[in-house]
Amino acid sequence: MNPVRLIGRATLSMTRGIGAVALFTLRGLFRLRPFHMRGFAAQLVQIGWLSLPVVGLTALFTGAALALQIHSGGARFQASDVVPAIVAIGMVRELGPVLGGLMVAARVASSIAAEIGTMKVTEQIDALVTLSTDPMQWLVTPRLWAAMLTVPALVAVGDIIGIMGGWLVGTQSLGFNSAAYLSNSAAYLERWDVVSGLLKGAVFGLIVAVSGCWFGIHSGRGAAGVGRATKSAVVAAAVGILAANFILTGLFFE
Amino acid sequence: MIQVTGLRKSFGGKPVLAGVDLTVGQGESLCVIGQSGTGKSVLLKCILGLAVPDVGQILWQGRPLDRAARPDFLARFGMLFQGAALFDSLTVWQNVAFRLRQRMPDRKARAIAVEKLARVGLGPETADLMPAELSGGMAKRAGLARAIADDPSVIFFDEPTTGLDPIRARRINDLIRGIVTETGATAITITHDMDSVRAIGDRVALLQDGRIAWDGAVAAMDSAPPLAEFLGRTCDINAT
Repeated sequence: MNPVRLIGRATLSMTRGIGAVALFTLRGLFRLRPFHMRGFAAQLVQIGWLSLPVVGLTALFTGAALALQIHSGGARFQASDVVPAIVAIGMVRELGPVLGGLMVAARVASSIAAEIGTMKVTEQIDALVTLSTDPMQWLVTPRLWAAMLTVPALVAVGDIIGIMGGWLVGTQSLGFNSAAYLSNSAAYLERWDVVSGLLKGAVFGLIVAVSGCWFGIHSGRGAAGVGRATKSAVVAAAVGILAANFILTGLFFE
Repeated sequence: MIQVTGLRKSFGGKPVLAGVDLTVGQGESLCVIGQSGTGKSVLLKCILGLAVPDVGQILWQGRPLDRAARPDFLARFGMLFQGAALFDSLTVWQNVAFRLRQRMPDRKARAIAVEKLARVGLGPETADLMPAELSGGMAKRAGLARAIADDPSVIFFDEPTTGLDPIRARRINDLIRGIVTETGATAITITHDMDSVRAIGDRVALLQDGRIAWDGAVAAMDSAPPLAEFLGRTCDINAT
C-alpha cells in the first residue's frame, strides 16, 4: 500500500479516536440530570476510600526512598541539608500526584473497565436502555466526578504521608532534628506547589475514570473481550497520566 | 400495534436483515423463529432502539418509532433478556423495582416488586438476595418480574427458555402465557424452542435469509412447507 495513504489513514483514525474520547468525556461530565447520587456515593468509597491504603503505602515508601537518595546524592556537593525541602517539593509537585495517579489507575481503571465490560457482555447495559435509563448518566457520570474529586484528596493525603516517610528516615537514620526537618519542609513549600499537585490529581482522576469507562463500554465479547478492555484501560490510563503530567508541568512551572 | 417495514441491517457489509416486513397487533403474541445467526436478536434490537437499522421504518401505534417517540415507547414496554441481565450490584427487589424507584419512594416500589416476584413464583425471601445468589431459573423469573413490574403494554422475550432444563422451561412458558393472557399485553418472543412457540404464541414468523419466509397462526405451522423444513432441521439438531 502507498505509504502516504497509510500515514493519512492512521492520522485520520487517530484523530477520530481522540475526537470520540473527547466527546465521550464531555457527555460523561455534563449529563448531570438526573444525577445518580447513590452511584456517585458508592464510587466515592470505591475510588477514594478503598484506594487510600495503596496510595498511602506508595507515598510512604517513596518519601522514605527519596530522602535516602537526596541525602546520598546531596552529600557529593555538600548539600545534604536540602533533604526536607526537596522531599516536600518533590512529593507535592510530582511524585505524590503521579504515583498516586498510577496506583489509582492500576486499581480503579481496571476495576471500572471489568465491571462495565461485564455489564456489556451480559446485556446489562442494554437492560439499562430498555429501562429508560441512559448508561452515560448511570455508569459514566458518577465515576468521572467521583474520580475527579477523590484523586486530589488522595494526592493530598499521599503528600502528607510521603513527607512523613522522608521525616521518618531523616530523623531515624540520617540524623536530622525532628522539629528542624518539619520546619524546613514547610519553609520552602509554596502554595502553588500544593495547588498544582491537586490540580494534577483532578486531571489524573479524570483520565483514570475515562479510560475505565471508555474501554468498558467498548469492550469486546466474552471473557477475552473484557480481559482486553481491562488491560487497555490500565495501559491507556498510565500512559495518559504520564503524558498529561509532562504537559501540566510545562504549563504550571515554565 | 407494531409495524416493521423494509427493515435492513448489515454488519461489516454483511447483510443480516434484508428487508423485514412484520406487523404485530394489539394484544397479540408473536413468536419469531429462525436458525442461529439469522438476525432474530438484531430485529429485536432494532425495534428496541439498541441497534440503528440501515433502512426501513418501525411504527408504534401508527407513529414512527424515532428518537422523539422512543422514550414514550420505552416507558410502556418490558423486556426479558436471554440471560435475565439483572444488575449485579443491586438486590433482586431493586432490580425488579428499577424503573419504579425513579418515580416513587423505595417502600412503595419494594412492595410492588415483592408482589411481582410472587406473581412469578418467587417468595419474599428472594427480594433481598443478590442476583449472583439465584439459580438460572430463579434469575429468569426475577427478570420476568422486572419486565412486568411497570405493567407494560408490550413485552419482549429474548430466548426465554435458553439454558433451562425442560421442566423449568415449561414453567417459564406457562408463566409467560399466563402473564400475557392476564395483562392483555402485546408479546414478541424471539426463540428457536418450538415448545415455547406452542405454549406462548398466537402467531409465528420464520426469519430466514434476512427476511420473513413464513408468517401465520401457530395452529397452521405444522402444515406450512417452509416451517416444516425448519422444524425438521431443529428435530435433526435435537436428535444429535
